[in-house]
Amino acid sequence: MNAVLQYTVQGLAAGSFYALAALGLAVIFGVLGVVNFAHGAFYMLGAVAAAVLLDTVGMSLWLALIVVPLLMLVFGMLVERLLVRWLLPLDPLYNLLLTFGLTLLLVDLVKRRYGVSGLPYERPSALDGRVQLAGVGLPVYQLFVIGVALLVCLGVWLLMTRTRVGMIVRAATERPELAGALGINVGRWVTPVFGFGVALAGLAGVLAAPFRAITAEMGSDFIIILFAVVVIGGLGSIVGAVVGGFLVGLVEAFGQAYAPTFAQVLIFVLMAVVVLARPAGLFGREEATA
Amino acid sequence: MTSIATAGASVSEQHAAIAGARPWQRLVLLGIGLVVALGLPWFVYPPVAMDIAAWALFAVALDLLLGYCGLLSFGHAAFWGGSAYATGLIAIHLGVPFPVAVLGGALFAMVLAVPIGYLSVKRSGIYFAMVTLAFAQMLFFIANQASSLTGGENGLQGVPRSFFGIEAVETDSFFFYYAALPIILLGMWAAWRIVHSPFGRVLVAIRDNAPRARALGYDVERYKLIVFVLSAGLSGLAGGVFAVSHGFVALPELHWATSGEVVLMTVLGGIGTLWGGVIGAGLIVMLADYLASSGFDGIGIVTGTVFVTVVLLFRRGIWGTARHMWLSRRSS
Repeated sequence: MNAVLQYTVQGLAAGSFYALAALGLAVIFGVLGVVNFAHGAFYMLGAVAAAVLLDTVGMSLWLALIVVPLLMLVFGMLVERLLVRWLLPLDPLYNLLLTFGLTLLLVDLVKRRYGVSGLPYERPSALDGRVQLAGVGLPVYQLFVIGVALLVCLGVWLLMTRTRVGMIVRAATERPELAGALGINVGRWVTPVFGFGVALAGLAGVLAAPFRAITAEMGSDFIIILFAVVVIGGLGSIVGAVVGGFLVGLVEAFGQAYAPTFAQVLIFVLMAVVVLARPAGLFGREEATA
Repeated sequence: MTSIATAGASVSEQHAAIAGARPWQRLVLLGIGLVVALGLPWFVYPPVAMDIAAWALFAVALDLLLGYCGLLSFGHAAFWGGSAYATGLIAIHLGVPFPVAVLGGALFAMVLAVPIGYLSVKRSGIYFAMVTLAFAQMLFFIANQASSLTGGENGLQGVPRSFFGIEAVETDSFFFYYAALPIILLGMWAAWRIVHSPFGRVLVAIRDNAPRARALGYDVERYKLIVFVLSAGLSGLAGGVFAVSHGFVALPELHWATSGEVVLMTVLGGIGTLWGGVIGAGLIVMLADYLASSGFDGIGIVTGTVFVTVVLLFRRGIWGTARHMWLSRRSS
C-alpha cells in the first residue's frame, strides 16, 4: 500500500511535465494545426535557461518559474513570426518538418555551447527532503511539481472557460470549422497562442531542472513520449492532453517499479491499444476525412 | 491546399514526366545514373560510397511511401535499423553469404512492418507521422533492453562480410562496393517498377483523392498497408547492406534522428520524384563525412539549417526544381 502511494506520487510528478508540455502542444495544434516537433527542444531550453540563470545571476527557482516562461513566450512568438507563419497555408506536415529541423539546430547549438555532460542545478532547500504522509516519506519536490502543474492546469482551464480569449481559443481548438463559420477571427491569436504553448513547454523544463539531468538531449525522448501522450489523449483535445499526460506518467512509474524492462515499451503498448480501440484518442473527435 | 506529396512536382507535371519523357531521355538519365553508381568508389572513399548507395535506396524507399502515397513516415528507422540488426545476427550466427543475410534482414523488416503499418494506416497525415514515429521509438527501447541479443549500448559487434570465400570482397571495401551494388540497384529497380505499375497508379489515385479511390472500389487501407510493407522491405535492403558494410550495428540506426535524416534526404532531393532522394542522400552523406573529418561536431546545426531552409524556400527539392525548369522550358 505504501509502495503504491509512493509510485502514484512519482508517476503524477513525471506526468506533470508531460501534462504541462502536452497542454502547450494541444493549444498550438488546436489553433494553428501545427504539430510542434520542437516542443521537446523548448522544454530542454527551459531547463537550460533556468540552470544558466541560476549560475550567472543567481536567479532562484521561484523567480525562474516566472521569468523563463516569459522568455520562452517571446522566443516562441519570434519563431512563429519568422518561420512557422510562412508554412501555415500549406500541408501541416511542412511545419512538422520545419520544427524537426529547428530541433536538430537547437539541440546541437546547446550541445556546442554547454557540452554534453549536463548542467548542475541545486534545488532550493525549502523543497528538499520528505514529508510523512500515512507513514510514507514522500519527496517534497515531487509534491511541489504536482501542485504547480495542477495550479497551472486550473489556471489554463479558468482562462479557457472564463475569458473571451480562452473561449475563442477553445472554439478554434475543438471546432475549428464552426468557429470560422461564426466569423471568429482566429488569425490574430495565432502568434500569442504559439508563444503561450512554447511557454508551457519552457515551464515544464524549469520544473524539471532540479529533478532531471539537464542536457541538450533531455528533450529527445521527451518529445516522443509527448507524441504518445497526445495520440492517447486525442490531439485536438485540451482535457485529453492533461489526462493523457498524467496517465502516461503513472504507467511509466508503475512500469519502472514492477516491470522495469518494459517500462518505456508499456507507454507505446498503451498507445497501440488506444489507436486500435479509439483511433481518435480518448478525448479526441474523429478527424474529418481528408 | 497543396498536399506535401506533390511538392516536388505538381500533379500535372508528374503526369507529363511519366507520359512525356522521351525514351532517349530516359536512357540518357539511366546511363548517367549507372556511370555515377559504378564510378563512385573511384572518386569517393569506398566505405563512404557504400553509405551513399545505401542511404540513396533508403530515401527512394521513403519517397515510394511519401511521394506516391502521401504518407510521411517518421519511423522508417525501425525498418532500416531493424533489418540492420537482423542482417547482423543472421550473418554472425549462420555465417551465410552477406546477400542472403541482407535478404533475411529485409524480410524481417517487412514482417515488422505488418503490425506497425496495420495500426498506422488507420490514421493519415500528421497522425500517421506521429504514430509511426512512436512505434519506431518503441523498437529503439526494445533493442536497448534486449542487450543480450543486440549488444545494447555497445552495439552489435563483428558482423562478418562473408561472400563465397572471395577474399577481395570480404576484406576490401572497394570490391565489397561492387558486390553489394547489385542489391541496391535491384531495390531501386523494384521501386521504379512499383511506381510504374497499375498498382502504382492506384497509389497515386489514393494520394490525390482517397475518398474517390474508395468510391471506385479500391480498398484504400489495404493498398496503403501493402506499399508500407514494400517500402519497409526496400529500407531493409538498404539497412542490411549498411550493417554489413560497417561490420557493426549501433543503436542510433533505430533512433528517430535516423528517420528524420532520411526524410531530409528525400525532401532535399524532391518529394515525389523517386530519384531525388539519391541526390539528397549523396549530398547529405558527403556533407556529414566532410564535417566529421574536419572535426566539426555540431552536424545538427548544419543539417537543421538545411532542413529549415529547404522547407521554407525550396520545397520542390533539387530534382523537382530541375524537372520543373526542364518542363516549363519545353512547354514555352
